[in-house]
Amino acid sequence: MSDAAMRRTLPMAARPPSPSALSNALAFGWRAVLKFRHVPEQLFDLVMTPIMFTLLFTFVFGGALAGSPAEYLQFFLPGILVQTVVFNAVYSGMGLSTDLGKGLFDRFRSLPIWSLAPFAGLMAGDILRHLIAATIILTIGLILGYRPEGGILGVLGAFAMLVAIGFGMGWIFIVLGLLIRTPMTVMTLGFTVMFPLVFASNIMVDPATMPDWLRAFVHVNPVSLMASAIRGLMAGQADAGAILVALIAPAVLTAMLAPVTLWLYLRRE
Amino acid sequence: MLGETREGHGRDAGAPAIVARGLVKSFGALRAVDGIDLDVPRGVIFAILGPNGAGKTTLMRMLATLARPDAGSATVMGHDLLGSPREVRASIAMTGQFASLDEDLTGRENLMLLARLWGFRGRAAKARADDLLAAFDLSDAATKQVKDYSGGMRRRLDIAASLVVTPGVLFLDEPTTGLDPKARKEVWAMIRDLAGSGVTILLTTQYLEEADQLAERIAVIDHGRKIAEGSSRELKAATASAVLHVALADPGRMDEASAILERSLGHPAQRSAEGGALSVPAGTAGAANAAIAALVTAGIEPSDFSMGQPSLDEVFFALTGRPAGEGQKS
Repeated sequence: MSDAAMRRTLPMAARPPSPSALSNALAFGWRAVLKFRHVPEQLFDLVMTPIMFTLLFTFVFGGALAGSPAEYLQFFLPGILVQTVVFNAVYSGMGLSTDLGKGLFDRFRSLPIWSLAPFAGLMAGDILRHLIAATIILTIGLILGYRPEGGILGVLGAFAMLVAIGFGMGWIFIVLGLLIRTPMTVMTLGFTVMFPLVFASNIMVDPATMPDWLRAFVHVNPVSLMASAIRGLMAGQADAGAILVALIAPAVLTAMLAPVTLWLYLRRE
Repeated sequence: MLGETREGHGRDAGAPAIVARGLVKSFGALRAVDGIDLDVPRGVIFAILGPNGAGKTTLMRMLATLARPDAGSATVMGHDLLGSPREVRASIAMTGQFASLDEDLTGRENLMLLARLWGFRGRAAKARADDLLAAFDLSDAATKQVKDYSGGMRRRLDIAASLVVTPGVLFLDEPTTGLDPKARKEVWAMIRDLAGSGVTILLTTQYLEEADQLAERIAVIDHGRKIAEGSSRELKAATASAVLHVALADPGRMDEASAILERSLGHPAQRSAEGGALSVPAGTAGAANAAIAALVTAGIEPSDFSMGQPSLDEVFFALTGRPAGEGQKS
């Protein structure tokens, strides 16, 4: 311990003025960006599954499902973007559960900051991750021959939509992360819920050949609605109605779960 | 030099650091904290001493706004705990039992994150982080990820993270648990330095030696209740004026010797951790002399005996009827 240095430092602790809520949130966003720099392998986990899905479905099932791999890719790629974002959200819940287990959030909670700021930062990190993952998948799609008829604008619209979907779905896993102490359980539970939603949707196949009861579910499954909206945007056939319907689930989730998040977080002991 | 902290963050500049009345916190049927009063003056090191599960951490978490009391009230630096939690948070810092650091980030980044949350901007945040790293001998590890830090380095960074702005009260929950003796000494020196610069420190510990070494005042907590409070000297004096220590030539007769000493002195005998010696509170040298004589009469030869001030271990035993460090059975 260097006593002299200690005495030199402590008196300098003049307090800066209290920062704004936005400034708090940006600080946590910065933390999320740093995580990318230090743990780049998390991106690998994130994009490997969707890349494998894309290759598997396009080349193994594509011909049988849509006549040719090229045609199937045109149908499948927008859907896999939705799947990527939805599964990514599960990782974010795991990360939160890990943070909470280590006492890091105790420190955040004992600071005089905007209570939701840590979550705003978490969300910022998620959104960044969604965008990076979606860009990688789209690039691979383009290499394999996918052509978005909607052009740049269509793609940008689809990405904006993905961000909204990721934001809405993110709350589910933040709440799970707050409720469940073990990160592995968050992951298992998350995938248990998300797998049926993702597979019983129109992401992989047209539901026309499914049994009636399943088709009825697929039609109202929020994941199908999201996939349809993204498909429309990227194909240059954007449909305002479809987009609005697809945004209902994220909006409702945010309205319901943001207050639950705050309540769970502040009550946590 | 800490004037700005006091003027800016104490509603009443003369208010004690902590005043708590009747704090209660239950978890289900367990009353973890069962009606504790606390008065901590400014500028002291105050230790909360007790075994595992005594309610120390829960008490501290309530005072740091991390857990809501079921009953009772408290002020921290003059701010009401329940009425103005934000003001309380602005005048405290807490270093919990488990490192509250981001393992993936570097030491500097951890401190910069906190500096930004306290309102330092851009270059000022980095400058503050570097000052703290230098003060805590961590400059060389500034760009290392915290997951590669040793236990002692982690602890130092964790404490540095509580000093980004100088707090009115610094809470340290078991600051040296899990550290090797060298790192423990370093943390002790650091705590003394901080107190020397005027920060009030409330620490919990289950090490009697730690409370004895550091704290001006000690509150002994057991089963969620405060069973004694005072300086280490006062606690020792209140328990027994002196203690008779006896080592036996034949440890096989320990039980017999223990019974004779208890009968003669009227206090329970405590066995040393190694089991080779006995300690019994003895009022006077005369009483101790008589007890030794009773042993010799019974044919038990002491290999060594002495009178002395009780250790905090013996104080704890006298207060609770069981050795320190033995978990409660609830």
